[in-house]
Amino acid sequence: MCARSAGVLRGIWPYAMLAMCALCLLPWVGGESIVPQEVWAFVRGSGNVQGIIFFQQRLPRVLAAMLVGGGLAVAGCSLQILFRNPLAEPWTLGISGGASVGAFLAYAFPQLVIRVWGVDSTALMALLGAAAVMGLLLWCARGRGGVPIQTLLLGGVTISVLTSGLMMLTVYFISPYRFFSFQRWMMGGLDIAGFQGIVPFLFTGIPGLFLLVQVARAYNHLALGEELALGHGVDVVRVRWQTLLGAGLLTAGCVAIAGPIGFVGLIIPHAVRRLSGFDNRVVMPGAFFLGGAVLAVADGAARTVLAPTEIPVGVIMAVVGGPVFLYLLLRRVQ
Amino acid sequence: MQDGLLRVEGVRFAYDEAACWMLSVDQLSLGSERMVCLVGPNGSGKSTLLRLLAGVIAPQSGRIALAGKDMQGMSRATIARRIGYLPQESPALFDLSIDEVVMMGRYVHGAGWGGVSSGDLAAVARALDAVDLVRLRRRRLSQVSGGERRRALIASVLAQEPEILLLDEPTSALDIHHAVDLMRLLAGFRPPEPAVIVVTHDINLASLFSDRMLLLQAGQVLTDGAAACVVTPANLHAVYGGGFLLERHPQTGVPLVVPMREMGCCADGKEALHVR
Repeated sequence: MCARSAGVLRGIWPYAMLAMCALCLLPWVGGESIVPQEVWAFVRGSGNVQGIIFFQQRLPRVLAAMLVGGGLAVAGCSLQILFRNPLAEPWTLGISGGASVGAFLAYAFPQLVIRVWGVDSTALMALLGAAAVMGLLLWCARGRGGVPIQTLLLGGVTISVLTSGLMMLTVYFISPYRFFSFQRWMMGGLDIAGFQGIVPFLFTGIPGLFLLVQVARAYNHLALGEELALGHGVDVVRVRWQTLLGAGLLTAGCVAIAGPIGFVGLIIPHAVRRLSGFDNRVVMPGAFFLGGAVLAVADGAARTVLAPTEIPVGVIMAVVGGPVFLYLLLRRVQ
Repeated sequence: MQDGLLRVEGVRFAYDEAACWMLSVDQLSLGSERMVCLVGPNGSGKSTLLRLLAGVIAPQSGRIALAGKDMQGMSRATIARRIGYLPQESPALFDLSIDEVVMMGRYVHGAGWGGVSSGDLAAVARALDAVDLVRLRRRRLSQVSGGERRRALIASVLAQEPEILLLDEPTSALDIHHAVDLMRLLAGFRPPEPAVIVVTHDINLASLFSDRMLLLQAGQVLTDGAAACVVTPANLHAVYGGGFLLERHPQTGVPLVVPMREMGCCADGKEALHVR
């Protein structure tokens, strides 16, 4: 039982350590400097501002960054395997786009505002938008054999273009003030307040994560083609459904918390494969921890560099992540 | 004929029901011979029949029974424990090592997320030994030749420990030396190694190594039997047209096909397939 299991654990632990370090160190970073004595005093029961910042702002924020970064990286990893395409990520399928349209509707029609368990309408509408796109994709993939995977990929890209077109169109119908706040949302950011900001992720992201990681071993087989995977006894049709459903749920959870954040889902899986090989039982947990750590660090930079102002973390990921991905790409060509 | 593990009953299959091409096989029992070869021209339905037998596609009507039970209600894992299937092409997305590829054959025997048991390791070692790749087991797919890569994939299906092995053109893209080696290996399998069903274009290799040959044409099984009954002038003429001579193999006496240099020119005492 043990040889390969031990190998898998050995592959994962450096990433887990990295994520632990990020989780322990990053709450101390930010515009307001925080000293351990004050935080300790807060834990012992004396209410002070630094303790409130630490426990009600920084800690949930770092945790949110880790869940979103990790979630997007795992979703990207699964989609890259399923579509046999190194460029696949949640954006490619239009799921992020659908979530954005949902959030956009919440901004455009404030009368839709409702609150459930601290989840506000932006997050709910993002979930609905992602669900709509996911439903469309699942409907396309219905049937025993389903449509060819390339058709599904093209469909996803088309939906992605469609959603951004829809958003640009409706921009003309909202007030400039709402437009500004929506545009800020579109850049992606983790400015959540308290732990209830993470709630939308618990209902969608966690089940999605479970669905994807559960078929990690089957993804290894898909890397040798669907026919051979079938021959090896992998239920390819079920894996396909599970992947679309899981990636959809996970992406919806991430977008609901943080808005659309690009590049994490694209780069992180490639980086982990470069470092640790191709076994998805290592790559997927590794991508979760590395993606989480990277986004948490980027977010740390986002709220420190221009303090007291914040740079949207989506912008940091795109500006720093872009060159990194180009570097990986060119290295592969050589 | 003895009853095989795989039975085909009244199967009809078309990729596009509007088109006129259709595979139709009324009665077929496979799995009792050690080595069966499916031959026939391009588009005759060899690969389609193999995919049906592997349960990768389902017939529109009729049924394919695995050990007496209709395959359509079975899970992929149940089928894969008894039938190994290697498609014609299996493009690798990543540069896996031969070890990793062969270990993948153990999917149906592993539990869930997949630890490796001593049984898995033993099966992988046996499979690597059978295809003579023990020496190269740590190499990556990009670092071995086409023949070695194909043998690694066969080993992965062998490690699955099926009762029947279905191979789609395993010798295509192999040079004659590796092709013959591979066919010799497959024909030499004895229980507990699996019985083999091979799709091939090479009539000579099929004739030399098979216990039974099926000649397909336009979606139908034209003849079915020992090589000597299948590789006959009349059959080959009907399927491939002319331009060949039939010779006897000097060692075994099985019929071999030799291409003619010029149509209609035929040496004395030789069976001409087709003389215009």
